[in-house]
Amino acid sequence: MYTKHGESYFIVDAHIALWDARPENQRNIHGKQFIDCFYDYHRNLSPESEVWPYEEYLYYGERLMKDLFEDGYVDHAIFQPALLGEFYHTGFGQTDEAFALAQQHPDKLTYNHCFDPRNGEMGLEQLRADAERFGLKGVKLYTAEWHGESRGWKLDDPWAYRYFELCRELGIRNIHIHKGPTIRPLDRDAFDVSDVDHVATDFTDLNFVIEHVGLPRLDDFCWIATQEPNVHGGLAVAMPFMHTRPRYFAQIIGELLYWIGEDRIQFSSDYAIWTPKWLVERFVDFQIPEDLTEYAPLTVAQKKKILGLNAAKMYDIPVPPELQLPDADEAETGPREPGQADLAGV
Amino acid sequence: MTVAGLARDRQLEKEAYNALAVVVDPELDEPVTDLGFVRSLTVHVEESGLGVEVHLRLPTSFCSPNFAWLMCSDAKDAITALPWAHRVVVALDDHHDSDLVNAGLAADADYKQTFRHEAEKDLEELRTTFRRKAHTAAMERCLTALLRADPGRPVESVGRVTLADLPADRHTAALLRRRAALGLPAGPQSLVLVDHTGRGYPPDRVPMTLRRARATRISIDGNAHFCRGLLRTRYPGSEADQAQRPEGAEPADVSYDPGYDPTFIPLSTLRKEHHP
Repeated sequence: MYTKHGESYFIVDAHIALWDARPENQRNIHGKQFIDCFYDYHRNLSPESEVWPYEEYLYYGERLMKDLFEDGYVDHAIFQPALLGEFYHTGFGQTDEAFALAQQHPDKLTYNHCFDPRNGEMGLEQLRADAERFGLKGVKLYTAEWHGESRGWKLDDPWAYRYFELCRELGIRNIHIHKGPTIRPLDRDAFDVSDVDHVATDFTDLNFVIEHVGLPRLDDFCWIATQEPNVHGGLAVAMPFMHTRPRYFAQIIGELLYWIGEDRIQFSSDYAIWTPKWLVERFVDFQIPEDLTEYAPLTVAQKKKILGLNAAKMYDIPVPPELQLPDADEAETGPREPGQADLAGV
Repeated sequence: MTVAGLARDRQLEKEAYNALAVVVDPELDEPVTDLGFVRSLTVHVEESGLGVEVHLRLPTSFCSPNFAWLMCSDAKDAITALPWAHRVVVALDDHHDSDLVNAGLAADADYKQTFRHEAEKDLEELRTTFRRKAHTAAMERCLTALLRADPGRPVESVGRVTLADLPADRHTAALLRRRAALGLPAGPQSLVLVDHTGRGYPPDRVPMTLRRARATRISIDGNAHFCRGLLRTRYPGSEADQAQRPEGAEPADVSYDPGYDPTFIPLSTLRKEHHP
């Protein structure tokens, strides 16, 4: 909970991780390249006072609870693990450790797990077992996961559909999607989100949360999300732009509010890439610069929904009655009729 | 080597560097020479003639390999086209696919030969997608400037704006370049708000078309600055090799870019240019 100027904000951090990228867990050079890439994101977008030493960034098991719940105002956080089994011996996200924390603090932590449709039938069995073991409400999918000769998959691959059908059966309703640089074939844009369009249409009873709101393809994300009421935007990676690129951040938020509305945007720190404390404080203080006249100012209600109420609703996380808010009207743009959806080339 | 020989090599290095200006990051719509992606370029004498060695660097190890390949292979083509360059080596440094890409470049293999089972046809569709996006963003910059300069103007009216209605400024020049790349007409009566085939929009579809174009412009500008920033973080000192990008610039940019103009006025307040 964060309180400022008499307003209280219920905080759900919808994307956190507990990773181990220490050298002894790195399987190859790519393990180092991957964590170095994260660390550069961290150093580049964090205020200087919030930058961690590199050693601590590799593994931070002891400080997670403090960063989120003591210092970071977070009421509830959701693990969204990436496996990266080709880069790290025990994977990047530490399943047992994260799940143990979630079991110790069920009121504070939700554990989502991951699957890979390229694991075929055996993976389906594993997903069944995982759903039972972890009590899964959601999964995190990284489409650029390397897997032998394959370095990526698409959400509308036939095998992925088998997994979504099983998700439906098992009550795993919340599908978090993270796009990465590799996909098969490499001919196409790996960050393209058009496959989201297909699955969202075919699985209307599942929620698809597109992490980092489709960045670097905000435009494609907005266009798809406005047409599909079960597509949501996660603000991982987008939030920290508030610090050095506030005008860019203002435009991202302005576009999201225009295209998908205030009820389908979720705050996340992407911990430990960034820490929630400064993000929450700054977002509550944030306002759209006046000269960006195409956007209305952000309201307190919008900030409350984004910071926690939206994700709480998706995950049935109890929110004190005095902090709840009603839904807004449908976004100005949609959902539209499918026939109107073709603005070829724009 | 003689002093004259050294001076000649430096001159040729400059020439080769300038030749790389045609190599564009398709996603960011900017030359690699403006982005600071050229890590080094050396000219040296070999037995058979002059050799050129170029090293490219990217903001992260995990930048898309397909974009990396396009830039590297375009760089090799651009240098090989110099009549005096006998042997050309282009290498991609510090990338997760460096080994693969560099082996392909060294063997003069094409995209399919390099990426084997991961490649289907070619990367032309990818290039086309981003050429169209570059045009979309350029178009939005011009039209939003008109709207901001005249807040009373109905949004629907931008669907009738022609090239002749645009001021002779940087944004218009950029739009004309993007139109040329798509083969769109450049005549004064040509509509500005068009799709990639040159087709305009009826008034009721103009507002949303412009809105969608705006999201494209925001994406490209945001990515261009984020990638610049990540490169500076990854390679300290690389800011010296980066050209300023006014589109999407922010006040914080002054801290690393000595060439940044803190008096830079955002698009929104450029009214004088349109209404002297």
